[in-house]
Formats: sequence, C-alpha cells, structure tokens
Amino acid sequence: MSQKLNHSLSLAKPDAYHTSGKQKLFLAIGMIGLFVLVLTLFNFDEFSVWSLISAISLIALGITGFATDAYINKPEGIKNNGVWFKSISSRGLSGWLTGLVLTLFYIVLYFYPYLLGLGKDGSENSGLVAFFDPLSKLLNGGPASQWFVYGTLYTMAILLFGYKFLLKYRHNRYEQLRTYSVMFFQLAFAFLIPEFMARLNSETFSLPYYDLKNIWPLNYYNFEQYRVDSFISAGDVGLGILIFGVASIFIITPILTYKYGKRWYCSWVCGCGGLAETAGDPFRQLSDKSQVAWKIERWIVHSVLVFVVLMTTAVIYSYLGYDSEKYWLTKDVFLLSVAGFLTLIFTLTMIFKRHELGKDARYGAIGYFVIILALIGFHYFSNQSKLFIFEAETLRSSYGFLIGAIFSGVIGTGFYPIFGNRVWCRFGCPMAAILGFQQRMLSKFRITTNGGQCISCGNCSTYCEMGIDVRAYAQKGENIVRSSCVGCGICSAVCPRGVLKLENDSMKGRINPNEILLGNDVDLMDLLNQK
Amino acid sequence: MEHIVIIGNGISGVTAARHIRKLSNKKITIVSAETKHFFSRTALMYIYMGHMKYEHIKPYEDWFWEKNRIELKLGFVNQIDTTSKTLHFEKGDSLNYDKLIIATGSKPNKFGWPGQDLKGVQGLYSKQDLDNLEIYAPDNTVCKRAVIVGGGLIGIELAEMLHSRHIPVTFLVRENSFWNGVLPEGESEMINREIIRNGIDLRLATNLKEIISDTTGKVKSIIIEETGEEIPCDVVGLTAGVSPNINFIKDSGIETNRGVLVNRFLETNIPDIYAIGDCAEQHEAIGNRRAIEAVWYTGRMMGETGAQTICDNRLEYKPGHWFNSAKFFDIEYQTYGWVHGKKGQPDYETHFHWKHEDDNKCITIAFHKESRQFLGINTFGIRMRHEFFNRVLSENRSVEYVLEHLADANFDPEFYKHFEFEIQKEFEVKTLDLI
Repeated sequence: MSQKLNHSLSLAKPDAYHTSGKQKLFLAIGMIGLFVLVLTLFNFDEFSVWSLISAISLIALGITGFATDAYINKPEGIKNNGVWFKSISSRGLSGWLTGLVLTLFYIVLYFYPYLLGLGKDGSENSGLVAFFDPLSKLLNGGPASQWFVYGTLYTMAILLFGYKFLLKYRHNRYEQLRTYSVMFFQLAFAFLIPEFMARLNSETFSLPYYDLKNIWPLNYYNFEQYRVDSFISAGDVGLGILIFGVASIFIITPILTYKYGKRWYCSWVCGCGGLAETAGDPFRQLSDKSQVAWKIERWIVHSVLVFVVLMTTAVIYSYLGYDSEKYWLTKDVFLLSVAGFLTLIFTLTMIFKRHELGKDARYGAIGYFVIILALIGFHYFSNQSKLFIFEAETLRSSYGFLIGAIFSGVIGTGFYPIFGNRVWCRFGCPMAAILGFQQRMLSKFRITTNGGQCISCGNCSTYCEMGIDVRAYAQKGENIVRSSCVGCGICSAVCPRGVLKLENDSMKGRINPNEILLGNDVDLMDLLNQK
Repeated sequence: MEHIVIIGNGISGVTAARHIRKLSNKKITIVSAETKHFFSRTALMYIYMGHMKYEHIKPYEDWFWEKNRIELKLGFVNQIDTTSKTLHFEKGDSLNYDKLIIATGSKPNKFGWPGQDLKGVQGLYSKQDLDNLEIYAPDNTVCKRAVIVGGGLIGIELAEMLHSRHIPVTFLVRENSFWNGVLPEGESEMINREIIRNGIDLRLATNLKEIISDTTGKVKSIIIEETGEEIPCDVVGLTAGVSPNINFIKDSGIETNRGVLVNRFLETNIPDIYAIGDCAEQHEAIGNRRAIEAVWYTGRMMGETGAQTICDNRLEYKPGHWFNSAKFFDIEYQTYGWVHGKKGQPDYETHFHWKHEDDNKCITIAFHKESRQFLGINTFGIRMRHEFFNRVLSENRSVEYVLEHLADANFDPEFYKHFEFEIQKEFEVKTLDLI
C-alpha cells in the first residue's frame, strides 16, 4: 500500500507528458516521508513521535502538492491525456515494479508481520509497527499492530488520493459527492470509530473490532463464535450491533440496492471500493474487457459466494447447540432456515426471472443450488461433529487464507497496476456477487443510453474498472443492466457525446434491446424491433 | 450462395454486413485497404492523446468476424468490372461478387494550395493519417509548431490532439468565427473563446496562401493570404472538410457526381451495386439534409437500410429527425432537429439563445416565427435526451411546450446543477421583448 503512494505518481514518459519541476519537488518530498517509514524497519534508532508526524506530513504534502500542481491550473474536464504513454498506468516497467513491491508488502503483512516489527507473543513492538505505537495509543489506548499500521496507511491513501480524484473530477458533482462519501466512511467507520470502540472495552465490557459498514460476506468472520459470544456478553449494545449486522444483510442492503443499485455500497461506502476509486483510479483502464474475462468472472465470483455461504453455515453450525430448551436457535433450526432461505431465493428467481438469465447462468444456478442442498442433506447422514464433509475450522481457515488474504489482499490490491483496480471486486468479492445478483434482478438502477448518439469510440469500455464492455450496449442503444456495475459513473463522465447516464427509474422498460437505433425512420425501427 | 462484397470497413460497411448476417445466410466479404478490422474513426484522436490504444477503438473483438462468418480482405480495389461483376485489386488479384456495396467513405479536401502534398502536410481521417502524425508530430521538439487549416469539427479535434502533446498550434479559420456556417453566432463565439482558453493561436478570417518546403521536401512554414505573414511550422493539418473517396470508381460506368449517385433505395445506376455512407450522394437532398452526408450516424443508418434492401426487403432510406454531436475541447455539443447558422437560416426560423455566465454552457432553440413550432435545439455543456426531442419533433410541439418540459430532456449526470428554471425565466423575458 504505502509503496503505491508514490510510485503511482512517478515515472511519467518524459518527452510528451513531462513532470513539472514543482511536481518533481513534491515527489521528492513524498519519497522522503516514505523513506523514513522504510528506515524504521531497520531499527537503527528509537524514533520519536515527531518523526512519525513528520513522515506522515511529508507523504501527505507530497501527494497533495503533486496533485494540486497536476490539475489545478488546467481547465476542468476529462484528464486522460497520456494515460497509455505512462509506464505506471500502462503496464510498463514501473507498473510491474509497483505491482511487485505491493505484492511483497501484502505477503509480509499477512504472513510475516514480525518483519514489520510486530512483537512476538505479546512482546514489545519494534520497527515500523512500533513507529505507529504513539498514534495507536492516542486513538485506542494500546500499542499498534500490523493491522493498525495498515489501516492508517490505507486511510491515508483514500484521503490523499481522494483529494487528487476530487481535483481531477472537479467538474463532476456525482464524482465529487461519491468521493467525499468514501473518504468519510473510511475515516469515520473503518478507522476512527472502531479504535474509539476499542477504548471503551474494559474487564467487564468488550466488543470485537467492528467496522459497522463492513457487511457479511465481505466481513466473512463476523459470525464466528468468539465475536458472537462477545457481542452477546456485551449486553444491549452488543446485541444491538449483532442485530444490525444481520439486518444489514437481510433488510438494509436489499432495500438500498433496490432503490439505487449496488453502487450505494460499492462506490459510495465500501472500503475496498474506496481504495479502488481513489488510489486505484490511475489503473482503471487496465481491466480486461474481453468476453472470456466476463465468463471467468461470473464463475469465479459466484463460486466464492457459494464458498462463503458454506463456510459461514458450517462455522455457525459448529457452535450452536442441540437443545431447543436452552436456546431457540439450534443446529437443526439453523440449518433448515438456511436451506429454506436458499430454496426460496432460488425458486423465486426461477419462476419470475428465468427468462432474464443466460443459459450458463441457469445451469450455474441450478448446479450451485444442488451442491448446497446436497451438502446440507449429508448432514443428516454424517457424524455430527462435522457439517457436510468438512470440518468447519478447515473451511474457515482455508477461506481466510485463500479468499481473505490471497485474493482480496495480495492479488486484489497488489495487482492493481497489472489487472486494474477492481480485480477483487470483480472476480472475488462475495458481497459484490450478492448485490450484483439483486442489481441484475430487482433494482431500479440502470445506465441509460441516449438514443442513437453513440459513436463507438470506446472510452466508456476502456475506463470501466469492472471490465464491462459498455460500448457493446451503448452502440446498440441498449441500457446497461449488469450485475458487476458498481456505478462509479466514469463511463458517463468520459463519454465525449453525452450518451450515458446513471439513473434510478422504474423497473419497467429497464432492459430495452433494440435492433435499430434512434435516428432512423420510425417505420424501419418498428419493423425491425417487432421481429 | 449469394456473395455480398462490401468495399470499406467503416461504420457504414460494417453495419450493413452485420445486418445482412442477422437477416440472411449470404456469404459476406468486407474489403479494406486501411486496416484489417473495423475501428471507430471518430476515436482515432484518443489514441494520439493517449486515452486509448488502437485495440480499444475496435468495437468488436477480433473473433467476432469469424464467428459471424464475415470474411475480411485487406486490399486496395483498383477497378470494378461491372459486367463480369469482378473487383480487381492493386496487387493483381480479383474477387467476384453477386452484389456490391460501396462504402469507401471520404478523403480530406485539398484545394490546390501550393505545397499541399509535402511531407508533414496531412488531413486527419484514416489510420494512416494518424501514423503519419505520430512520425511528424510525436512531441514538441520534433514539431515545434503545427498549423491547422480549416475550422470544422476535424480541425478543432486536431488542435486538441496536438495541444495534448504541448505542441503550439496556429489554427486558421476562413470564416470570421469558428464553424459559423453551421452554428449560430452566440455559440460560435463561445467556442472561439474556448479555443483561445486552451492556448490555441486562433486566426479568424484567415486563409492559407501557400505551404513552403525545406530542402528535403518537408514543410517548413506557411504563408497567410491576407497578411503575407510566414509562420514556421513542422506539420500542416488540412481539415477543410472531406469529400467522397471514389477515385477508383471513375471509369467503372457507375454514375458519380461528387459522390456515387444513388436513389432513395441507395441503389446506383448499375443493378446490384449500392453505395452507402460518406461516399454516397443522393440525386436530391432529403429535407434540410445535404446530398452527401458525411456523418457517423447517417453512415450507420444507411448501413441498416441497405442491408434490408440487399436481403429482399427493398427499403427506402428515410432518415428520421436530424441529430448530431461533437466535443469542442471540454465543451460537449448535441443537436436535435434544425438550428441554422446565420448563413442558411430560413426567414421563418427564429432563435432563443441562453448562455450561462461561466461561458461553457449555452443552448439555442429554433422555432417557427408564426406557428411557434419547435424546430430544433443546439445544446452546449448540458446533455439532453435524444428520445425527448425525437418525440417533440414528431409531435410538432410548440417552443413553449419544449421550454415547459425542458427538465424531462435533461441527461446530465445525477447531482449536476439544473438550469431549466433560469432558461425558462430568460425565455419569458426575451419573448416579452419580441411581442
């Protein structure tokens, strides 16, 4: 992460798109700040609070100064000049190097945190983690962890590159508001509130670390036993938070997605989305738009969803009791509710929306449905300590490793400069899969195409971070209703002819395949569209 | 199996091919000398500006053609033998057709300026033009200044392109205000200011006299007709319009004027030969349109219509209400219906013009003086709905109706500031003055 802060600003192709003297100066300032962070790793010396403050300030000054100089004196409008000439944003050498450094950073962060200075077995921190101890103590009263360091850098990235994005799109109020929103949710909900909550913990009262906007299944560990126990033992407040966590999945999310599409979450609230939209913005054009990529995306993201449903079911099942006298939610009640709920969704979809699903989507849905029900069915035949044929703990730890760490972290963010900034959101995020399913089936949101105005230029598709071939729809005069669309609004912004508009309108006529575009004689259009 | 050959893989030819495939099983071959695959011509500028790469401006992936059984042939047609129904290529090979569609598009106009064929002098139309620009104007050390001749849509795009690489640009416009043959005064003047705001050396009412060569046959400078001023430059962009690209047809017996002459069914004088898109010329212009329409959208519509005729559903080319769009640096432009510039404005047409104080948004609504019928709108910096204006034009609505429902037409992104109220207020004040 932190490495990205400066690299994504550097190494522009010098002849056509030179970096100004001022920009070089700010780049150097930011690099010095970054260098201080790297120095701490070597434990040469005790670093003071002041060096922490100055390192953070230097990085902040570097990024904001660079961004200001890059945009403030240019006329408002689309600023994509030279995107494909710059090494960093076109998979050039510096793109690959940045990807490599980021990937290494994530590997160290997830698997070798002591290399960053995390104290082993409760011993004192050293290195980079110790460097952040003063800030951690200020916020939550305790020493830092590798996650605190990461959270701080992550929040800085969203705020600082958010500032850059705000300047870049200062003519576009949709982009502005959306960016203020992700900056706010990151700073308040993901960073500050959980730290303050930790401060309230005492011997008798303790809440797990909880970012309230982080909803299951993105927050795949939310219903693990230790968390649920701790929610319940924290009295009314804890119970309230637990209920909120469940309500977000079954009530809040469906209502908001119905009204606004999944963008209310993915590009307005979510932290992963927040990073992708700010620090990841220079890489949005690198997403793969081919039809093959779309196919792979559909299979992978829905498989992850199935995985997380199975895993969570198994985990919750493993700690529930048998006796309904003690607590109403027993293993059996729980399992039957899960099966019942999934059957309900599946049946409703197949009855009302079957004709909207492609062939492979129907097969996929049926396949997954059968797998889940079959596994739940196994339960009644198998030894009661396991659900399905796996140990819950095995499922949990492999999900955490494969999806939580490797996919969302190492590949999802580390590969920004290679595969684009939404790899995780597109191929991996089970939350996005759920919201997307609803967006496709039951939402007022769509991207409206403006009659026959499309000139097939391809800016919309190129700058779609989710790899949607927007142009394929726009040039047919067809509205875009895709499960993966996160509603970032950039396709509409970069369109030179005013063809695309994100909007919420009635469900009727939302999907409008046309053979002939507006502009030709009406009789011909009728003739062709009736066929 | 009937063999349909289409010369030209631009929007017209490719649209025709796609629709013929949808409607039939005929064998289809598209011939092009430019590129193997179809690309969006209007997007060439974005490659030079670094917004996209060539692969991004191809609207269909490369497997599309084989999957849809559309054969692609790279080659330059020298001659059409209409009796034996054969195309002869530059390289000596040939191809037989049962039906032929000519969709060869345009080429940049050259008006006989001295030096117009020098190295570094070019239009901006084809992929090859773009490649040349990359050679002669890769950056501002190789190209210390560029001069653009001709103030139309391509001219201003070329200015934006060169400007994106920090190359100083002098822009010669024959008229006394940019594109005022088409745009009403207020709009044309606003675009003048936008051009200047972007650092372009705009010279209005200025003509090119000649282009001077250096010792190697490359452009060295140009001379201005009016003042005799010599402007040193490394590239000259000729963007004074385009004309049909039909030189190879001249001796084929196919009737031509400036373009290939076609009737309303897009048929030429020779059976089984059709012409569509920029290169086609109507015997008589349709409505307010020109006999030759060199516009992306009309090319596409002709492709759609022509495909019907080829597939035994003989259909007249009946374009609906006129529309078009462009972008002038950062100002988007859309037009629906007819709004005339000073030059072509009919007596019955009167205008209501509103401009935002920021000087980057304005609209002009044309309506009938007596009947108050809405005739058309030009909108700059505010996106509007095609469907809305198509409807009000078909329903012959009044200008008052359009003003009253202007909010329904708005197509700007969410949360954008709306100006309908302001516009309506000003309309009331201005029409009071008229009465």
